[in-house]
Amino acid sequence: MSDGIKKFMFVNTKAPYGTVYALESLEVVLISAAFDQSVSLVFCDDGVFQIANNQNTDGSGMKNFSPAYKALGDYDINKLYVEKESLEERGLSLDNLMDLTYEDEDDDWAEKPSIILVSRAELADLMDEQDVVISS
Amino acid sequence: MATITVEGKEIEVDEEGYLVDLGAWFPAIATEMAKIDEVEMGDDHWDIINFLREYYEEYQIAPAVRVLTKAVAKKLGKEKGNSKYLYELFPYGPGKQACKFAGLPKPTGCV
Repeated sequence: MSDGIKKFMFVNTKAPYGTVYALESLEVVLISAAFDQSVSLVFCDDGVFQIANNQNTDGSGMKNFSPAYKALGDYDINKLYVEKESLEERGLSLDNLMDLTYEDEDDDWAEKPSIILVSRAELADLMDEQDVVISS
Repeated sequence: MATITVEGKEIEVDEEGYLVDLGAWFPAIATEMAKIDEVEMGDDHWDIINFLREYYEEYQIAPAVRVLTKAVAKKLGKEKGNSKYLYELFPYGPGKQACKFAGLPKPTGCV
């Protein structure tokens, strides 16, 4: 790609609270947005739980950081790929995920969904197009 | 651990002056922090601080300057949603300094 803009894809594969990976990855994503790169996220395997709706961490004593995913649109990160098979294998559907949206600057700030449902095969193709793929 | 004294209470802050316990915040803390930084707080400062606290309440993160600027422009108008205006209010940076006064952590991505 031209202008020094690279395509970064952050692949999230782990549930949000058992390890630090989800939170650390989210922080790297928010930092990367400051460098005007093309950033997309993937949620697959147990990573789909990161954007599950109605998260409640009261029992674990950990901070519920899931609202921060709703800020991704403000950071111009609006390609959140969710792997269809991963949802199905866990008995989940799009209805179980947070309503993540962004405002399209080129379309009079219309609110549009950021979540894009893709199959495992489509995801492989998308990964192929990236300059950098970082998984956690 | 460093502390600042506000209304007779010892408030814990980290080595950069940010609140250790975000829940311990009350408005006089912002005023005291501003005094330490030699910033005189006016209504315009409070608008931004209140805005930041609402943003944190909703998203659980302190926004990056770029995001703050855009969001302020949307909520308080274009004449306030620009970095020149925000830097005039908070000379050490609207991200770092305003977040500190508001009792928020240092914005993600600030070094």
